[in-house]
Amino acid sequence: MSTYSRSPLTPSAAPFTATAARSTRTILPGFGLTMGFTLAYLGLIVLIPLLAAFVRTAGMSWSDFIAAVASPRVMAAYRLSFGASIAAGLVNMVFGLIVAWVLVRYSFPGKRIIDAIVDLPFALPTAVAGIALTSLYAPNGWVGRWLAPLGVKVAFTWAGVFVALTFIGLPFVVRTVQPVLQDLEPEIEEAAATLGASRLQVIALVLLPELLPSLLTGFALAFARALGEYGSVVFISGNMPMKTEIVPLLIITKLEQYDYSGATAIAVVMLVSSFILLLLINLLQKWSRRYHAV
Amino acid sequence: MRSLTPRSAAHALRAALALAAVLAAANAQAKSIELLNVSYDPTRELYVEYNAAFTKYWKAKTGDDVVIRQSHGGSGAQARSVIDGLPADVVTLALAADIDSLHTHGDYLPVDWQSRLPDRSTPYTSTIVLLVRAGNPKNIRDWDDVVRPGVSVIVANPKTSGGARWAYLAAWGYAERKYASKDRARDFITALYKNVPVLDSGSRGATITFVQKEIGDVLLAWENEAFLAEREFGQGKFETVVPSASILAEPPVAVVDKVTERKGTADIAKAYLEYLYSDEGQDIAARNFYRPRNEAIAAKYASVFPKLELFTIDDFFGGWTAAQKTHFADGGVFDQIYQK
Repeated sequence: MSTYSRSPLTPSAAPFTATAARSTRTILPGFGLTMGFTLAYLGLIVLIPLLAAFVRTAGMSWSDFIAAVASPRVMAAYRLSFGASIAAGLVNMVFGLIVAWVLVRYSFPGKRIIDAIVDLPFALPTAVAGIALTSLYAPNGWVGRWLAPLGVKVAFTWAGVFVALTFIGLPFVVRTVQPVLQDLEPEIEEAAATLGASRLQVIALVLLPELLPSLLTGFALAFARALGEYGSVVFISGNMPMKTEIVPLLIITKLEQYDYSGATAIAVVMLVSSFILLLLINLLQKWSRRYHAV
Repeated sequence: MRSLTPRSAAHALRAALALAAVLAAANAQAKSIELLNVSYDPTRELYVEYNAAFTKYWKAKTGDDVVIRQSHGGSGAQARSVIDGLPADVVTLALAADIDSLHTHGDYLPVDWQSRLPDRSTPYTSTIVLLVRAGNPKNIRDWDDVVRPGVSVIVANPKTSGGARWAYLAAWGYAERKYASKDRARDFITALYKNVPVLDSGSRGATITFVQKEIGDVLLAWENEAFLAEREFGQGKFETVVPSASILAEPPVAVVDKVTERKGTADIAKAYLEYLYSDEGQDIAARNFYRPRNEAIAAKYASVFPKLELFTIDDFFGGWTAAQKTHFADGGVFDQIYQK
């Protein structure tokens, strides 16, 4: 339709778009309308519920707040949650890259099936994943019974938490790296090779720099998801205070003791710290993109 | 069919109108009523059977249809759902402290709720027993064997599970009675939780960990859960070990006034709970392995329920409010076990 690209502003949208058009001079219409929807939607779905956590916490005195968020038991949970989430994100960065690489660069029978399997952790109810992993890794499970004689315990230790978080995080890395890798033509690698680069040099100097931003995004997504994960972890972690309690479990435990403000106080700490971490990762990613683009 | 003459048509019309009027009148006072019973984990089977019996009884008594919906979960979580707005007409929870919280958080019922029904509002009782694997390979006979090093014990987190709180108090009470010392009892409890590899958040979860995931040597279970586990999973697989003494667990019931007043269901909710004390209600409780209060029914099922010494929460802990504060509140004895 001819009105699609450069239609004059409709009167109803004018109050919004007039300012927007003045400042950005975009030729795309509909900025005001879509921005309005974006803000309303984000506000309704994301910000207002999160705000509730802050409002609840605002009623606490400073010393109550500190007591709630910095007791030894809560500190232990932060260490576990952040530590295991970062570890799982890093492992997924490495193996997610390999999976994405295999899926993009080679063709082999059953590729579609493997491609679909990658998404399973997205789709599976996390409780199902947790129960399945627990029965596998419990001392009498299929995997656990071979590890037990070696003195390796997975289920009901921090290692179990790590396994569950790795499981749910994998698709995030694969699905963010895959399209970037697809756009990266093999000719670039061939060109590097003809210019005398060794295989390792091709990977380290040609491929990885291009993939780094998407790898970081994948890591950030997997990490963020892991931080908030509850369903799969509570089954395999054993939930022992000071040892294998994750932060979301502590929040639920506090709620079940009617300690609403204690629960929201921990939630606020989680919110703020994960927001800062995600912001840092975004900055890092932006930096790496600019650095390598030149 | 006969063909309709004008006269019979008029008759039919009049009859139909009369019928409609009667129906409308009946409908005005006796429509189908819906009740929501918010309960804890192991009562599923009990209330399925009881609800059917009560529906029949109420229909016979008043002609009204009543549909009873059930909700199950960890006792504390269920109480919280009601506080958060789940419109429960009645609550049938694992322990009095959870119903007390309905009074303290939002004034859902009066403070003296427990004296409104007989037997401190607990129509049936239970206790905590030890469920072990077939043949009792770790030779567990009493509470002392549960705290032995090398015995793996499955029990839920007492901070979130009602059953686990009773189990904790049962072990503590046994030790305090035996050693006549609170310090020794505390050591006993500490040794017990050293043997616990997993803390599930609810009783059913702990049962599943023990029965289906085959983790642990002994499950500290509600008596009725132990019976159920034996019945559901074949009798050869588990054995119930009755300790020499345990706690008299009283899972109370109460009408949630704030909800029933709004919904206009106060009378039927009260009748629903009172019928639990009737012969039929007591019989159903006994059939589902809850110990009935009624002596005659209890005598009838005497062979089912093993005899053991039962102490109450008042004997060692001074009631739920005190027990909750000393043992399960944040920073209480249970937390201290893990902080060390």
